[in-house]
Amino acid sequence: MRRRYPTFLISVLAFGYAFLYVPIILVMVYSFNDSRLVSIWGGFSLRWYGELLHNEQIIDAAWLSLRVAVMSATAATVLGTLAALALTRMGRYRGRFLFTGMVAAPLVMPEIITGLSLLLLFVSLQDLVGWPNGRGALTITLSHITFSMAYVAVIVQSRLAAMDATLEEAAMDLGGTPFRVTLDITLPLVMPAMLSGWLLAFTLSLDDLVITSFVSGPGASTLPMVIYSKVKLGLTPDINALATLIIVVVTLCVACAGWLTLSGNAKSPTVARTHN
Amino acid sequence: MSDSAKPPQRDAARANSRPWDDPGQKPFVQITGLTKRFADTPAVNDVSLDVYKGELFAILGGSGSGKTTLLRMLAGFEQPDAGRIVIDGVDMTLIPPYARPLNMMFQSYALFPHMTVGQNVAYGLRKEGLPRADIRQRVNEILALVKLEGLGNRKPEQLSGGQKQRVALARALVKRPKVLLLDEPLAALDKKLREYTQFELMNIQDQLGITFLVVTHDQEEAMTLATRIAVMEAGKFVQIGTPTEIYEFPRNRFVADFFGTINLFAGSVAALSVDTLRLRATDLNGEISAPASGCTTGDNVWIGVRPEKIALAKTAPEGAPRNVFKGVVWDLGYYGNLTVYRVKLENGRIIQVSAQNRVRSSERVAEWYDEVYVSWDAHNSVVLRE
Amino acid sequence: MTGPTALPPRVDRWWRRTVIGMPYAWLLLFFLVPFLLVFKISFSDPIVGQPPFTPLLSPQGPGLFHISWDNYRFLFDDDLYLVSYLKSVHIAFISTLLCLLLGYPLAYAIARAQPPWRNVLLLLIILPFWTSFLLRVYAWMGVLGDHGLINNLLLWLGVIRQPLKILYTDLAVYLGILYSYLPYMVLPLYASLERLDPDLHEAAADLGAAPLTVFRDITLPLSLPGIIAGSMLVFIPAIGEFVIPSLLGGLDSLMIGRTLYDEFFSNRDWPLSAAVATVLLLILVLPIMVFQHFQARDQAGVQ
Repeated sequence: MRRRYPTFLISVLAFGYAFLYVPIILVMVYSFNDSRLVSIWGGFSLRWYGELLHNEQIIDAAWLSLRVAVMSATAATVLGTLAALALTRMGRYRGRFLFTGMVAAPLVMPEIITGLSLLLLFVSLQDLVGWPNGRGALTITLSHITFSMAYVAVIVQSRLAAMDATLEEAAMDLGGTPFRVTLDITLPLVMPAMLSGWLLAFTLSLDDLVITSFVSGPGASTLPMVIYSKVKLGLTPDINALATLIIVVVTLCVACAGWLTLSGNAKSPTVARTHN
Repeated sequence: MSDSAKPPQRDAARANSRPWDDPGQKPFVQITGLTKRFADTPAVNDVSLDVYKGELFAILGGSGSGKTTLLRMLAGFEQPDAGRIVIDGVDMTLIPPYARPLNMMFQSYALFPHMTVGQNVAYGLRKEGLPRADIRQRVNEILALVKLEGLGNRKPEQLSGGQKQRVALARALVKRPKVLLLDEPLAALDKKLREYTQFELMNIQDQLGITFLVVTHDQEEAMTLATRIAVMEAGKFVQIGTPTEIYEFPRNRFVADFFGTINLFAGSVAALSVDTLRLRATDLNGEISAPASGCTTGDNVWIGVRPEKIALAKTAPEGAPRNVFKGVVWDLGYYGNLTVYRVKLENGRIIQVSAQNRVRSSERVAEWYDEVYVSWDAHNSVVLRE
Repeated sequence: MTGPTALPPRVDRWWRRTVIGMPYAWLLLFFLVPFLLVFKISFSDPIVGQPPFTPLLSPQGPGLFHISWDNYRFLFDDDLYLVSYLKSVHIAFISTLLCLLLGYPLAYAIARAQPPWRNVLLLLIILPFWTSFLLRVYAWMGVLGDHGLINNLLLWLGVIRQPLKILYTDLAVYLGILYSYLPYMVLPLYASLERLDPDLHEAAADLGAAPLTVFRDITLPLSLPGIIAGSMLVFIPAIGEFVIPSLLGGLDSLMIGRTLYDEFFSNRDWPLSAAVATVLLLILVLPIMVFQHFQARDQAGVQ
């Protein structure tokens, strides 16, 4: 049934999306500003992009961030998927209650507490057993795995909960052992959820500042740490350029992912909506 | 079921009052030239209808026939593109839904999940601003009428399907609307409960005298419930009449086929007498007698025969003017109260025949592959021109 | 099952142990133990050295069961911490309210749109969430600054003669939190609004309720789970927020996250920081429990 869409709601949408996008667009526009004074327009220029490419501090930080993000997202996807399986497909076991709490807690924990607690752990471990020796890429990766595996677990868990359990029962009935059924039936079906979990873990890792600041050591600065130390002092044009690059890359990735999901949906049979 | 104690005066009352045949009666609900288009396709196309006070009127149609759109326009949820709706002499066309003197029972029941049964039923009265004591009294009365006393404090999720249906009915009735609209009122109930509720609905309508307008896709439901039925197809009314008129005297093949089962034969009129015609049936290699129905020789028409009007016997029946054909039992279905035979005639055409099982016996009139004769009286043939 | 199975049950037992054991061990080591450490160290004494607190298990230290209340005493004696906690709750509360005021109409407008449009509109709400949080906060410096978008616009329009001081005030922190956490508010609200059966609105209208009454009687109470979930998802992380007050707030925008960060990195008083974190966690327990309670109830309602 068609109903009129009220003008009030159109203005709500217009205001809401302007609020969301105007600041971002502003940063992108000023990244092409020739002037060093960020608030005054000095003509179109690409010089800040050029400077960005020659800024070794930023390039090194970006490279470290990417490495950490790929490793931690991959490990978090494995651990998070196992956690989701343990929560939905393993029945009862001792300590399940504690486990459920530990999987959910990182999602609501303030980063500042997680960061502090992990630092205290690493320092104490080094004190007691000599590992990890100092802080850097390793401790950052371990920390990122810990907080992002919770997100992966939630995503995969909701997919597992929505999945038709009779599929696995049918496989079991046809002679599959639990291990084989997980491998042959369950994992292929939760693959899309694992993929979005990986993407989320990757983004979270690239983005994290607070936890990383606690657990990193001298010489290991991630991209957010470098950005933070620069923008703490105010607007800088090369950060505008960097922001623009990140926004463009992310938008393209999201658009690709969205397009893939949409075309994937188009292939699957849909129930026609009928009304009379 | 307490209603069996009461004599069914309903049918008697119904037989005596046919307000639609009385030119002195004024229609209570008057719909004229109502039209609604969705993206240029008319869902309801220039529909006019008069419904009289106290009627239980059914609008019957398949999905996409426009019946729901018509109902939603009556309730005020859709604005018509053209036409007028007048109820009890007042033009309702531009009145918003919350100010119309009619209430609706939704197919989904639409019970408010965050309110108790009592609060659901009282909601409409509270919006009228009635005093608390009055509201409580009327809610209790109506809950008693639908046999839900004592369930006022339950939440909808704690009720069975049948109970939910009665709460929805009570909530719509408690405001004493001039017209009650019911959207597929029995669709969500199982078969046994549906039959019971059907009679409950008729009883309640009798007691309150409120005009009911039911929309349904179920022809059985329409036939047992309604004083009159409007058959709707592609946004228009195909036929309006009493259940008997529609079943026995369908206007065209669509109505004949929509209501129950019918055997249809196409052909041209070969011979005519005063009151009977002979049809040369193209797919029968034979002729069928039927009432003359104002045809002339050479007309192309259809003849329909209901399965229960056809007799089945192992020997050739006597007495004219009967239509008699020979065939074999091709298929049969036993339904307990009746048996349905599918008889294959000599030329291959299959005819459906149903027979009441009046005698308690494990034997049937005919078995699979038995040779049988099917026959029916000429006046049981219906002549259909379109 | 009958008959012999292809794999011996040994594999299944091993598989079950791996599935449960690996994430369990990980979370114990990297989540639970660190918390117990924070708790323990909040009762330790600060020393000059590396690590800068009395050791946990060394023979010359006071041992595992030594408890010093000095950190907590100091915490409640010094105004700074009390003010920071109160200010955090205050700022988080106002920002949550702002989020609700903007998020509810937005979620409602999206839920009322045609189905194909809904996905596009939702994607546009989430899209900024995927770009760097830090950079999104940074973008607001360009909007709110003395020569930022708002001041330039108002100056150009002639509404003001002097730039307004917005950046480095509490107002900037409110706006920053509103901006960064808006999707957390909109998504649960949208989920609960989209689930509403339109028949319920029509039924209420049919029973005599005018549009605003329908909203008050039906839409609002039935979207309450979404309101609570969204508010908690904004309120809880906003209390511990560090980046927003540190980039957009003034010197007096003392949120506890920022105080803790400064305490830790500038003063290097780790035991006191641990005590600050422990108290912050205690403050958060109540809203987290409210959130979990309503989530569980909502889940039960769906099934």
